[in-house]
Amino acid sequence: MTTFEKIQEIIVDQLDKEESEVQRTTNFREELEADSLDLFQIINDIEDEFDIKIESEEGLSTVEDLVKYVEGQLEA
Amino acid sequence: MERVVITGLGAITPLGNSVQEFWDGLKEGRNGIGPLTKFDGEAIDVHVAGEVKGFVAKEVMDRKSAKRMDPFSQYGVAAALEAVKDSQIDLDVTDPERMGVIVGSGIGGLNAMQDQIIKMHEKGLDRVAPFFVPMAIGNMVAGNISIATGAKGPNLSIVTACASGNNSIGEAFRTIKHGYADVMLAGGAEASINEIGMSGFAALNALSTNEDPNAASIPFDKNRHGFVMGEGAGVIVLESLTSALNRNAKIYGEITGYGATGDSFHMTAPSPDGSGAARAMKLAMSEAGITPSDVGYINAHGTSTPANDVSETEAIKAAFGDDAKNVAVSSTKSMTGHLLGGAGAIEAIAAVKALQEGIMPPTINLTTPDEACDLDYIENKSREKEIKYALNNSLGFGGHNAVTCFKKWEGQ
Repeated sequence: MTTFEKIQEIIVDQLDKEESEVQRTTNFREELEADSLDLFQIINDIEDEFDIKIESEEGLSTVEDLVKYVEGQLEA
Repeated sequence: MERVVITGLGAITPLGNSVQEFWDGLKEGRNGIGPLTKFDGEAIDVHVAGEVKGFVAKEVMDRKSAKRMDPFSQYGVAAALEAVKDSQIDLDVTDPERMGVIVGSGIGGLNAMQDQIIKMHEKGLDRVAPFFVPMAIGNMVAGNISIATGAKGPNLSIVTACASGNNSIGEAFRTIKHGYADVMLAGGAEASINEIGMSGFAALNALSTNEDPNAASIPFDKNRHGFVMGEGAGVIVLESLTSALNRNAKIYGEITGYGATGDSFHMTAPSPDGSGAARAMKLAMSEAGITPSDVGYINAHGTSTPANDVSETEAIKAAFGDDAKNVAVSSTKSMTGHLLGGAGAIEAIAAVKALQEGIMPPTINLTTPDEACDLDYIENKSREKEIKYALNNSLGFGGHNAVTCFKKWEGQ
């Protein structure tokens, strides 16, 4: 599974959406109606999945933002 | 003062996930207790439980809502939705600001607590899930019911251990009686069949260690030695008689009295003379304007612990005097196990249905009489008899005693 696919799966599960609705360019706050609790939980699930720490959700709006952040952490 | 009637019922129980299945099970004397499947209880010598079976939260609420709730909230919301549907309340007609919720829990979101404390321990302080607090806090069942049903009136939870459900019903009754709301969803919910919940009660020697589901929850039997943990929820719709008549609602029964007292004695043991529970029964009968000879049925707390069943028997004798021998008493925990904060709520449903149908549910698996428990416990088989009043007893750790009094509905 790619980083994108894992993150997609987390978002699909948390927000009860179809995979087709969660693409790289999708803005999860605006297009998926994620509230603040959802966002915190998605970050928590991503931290668990990749064993990383996301310090701040600032600047994270799209699925691609999350993928890049996670890949940056994994390379570090 | 408003008269208060019951216009809707909802239940998730070890006997089934609807009021119909629950009540049919009670009437048939069916045992909802079975092998403990949620975890291996061998190390604490616990083998059976009253587990809810076949409950799929996302079948009664959307998946996202279900994912945000601890099971105790899921059970409570499911029971509330059944009760509201049953009542046929239409929020286009009934003012949502005059409809409230009092639903409590003994413990609250114990599954969320257990999961997240383990996670904190294993992965660190900064990895606790954001949903931990909203899932765990004990009031969230009432909050979630308000969100799910649209009720915008008084919204609160009562925490009095095993009396939570019955205290909630009593306080909701008074909320309507004194004019603060027209409709109240009232009851209790619990989901503590997990490692920390069961090991905690096992450490108190409070749980039955029997491997036989038919010999574990045996209220008033000489061989009783502890309770069986159950889980689930009960919610009833209480409504002012005025509101119920205005919308031509189906009326199950009337709630006419409530008594609440404290033992001021011991953290976990009831006062041996049952005086606290006796005073609660007297207060409930007094508010209802009746005497002991009017009461046909008591749904007892009847936990199957050595201490409770003797002291509750003493309490009934103290409250009823010479009439104690004439009142039929049963513990439906013999069929459901002990739902802690949910117990008083599902047992209120049992009392209301007993009045409505003229059938009193039994105490099953009562085979060896105890000379210290010498009342009429409706042994093993339900009994058909028209009765006019019933009491529902719930007694909680902390010395909380709650008794509600219900009256058969025979029209105005």
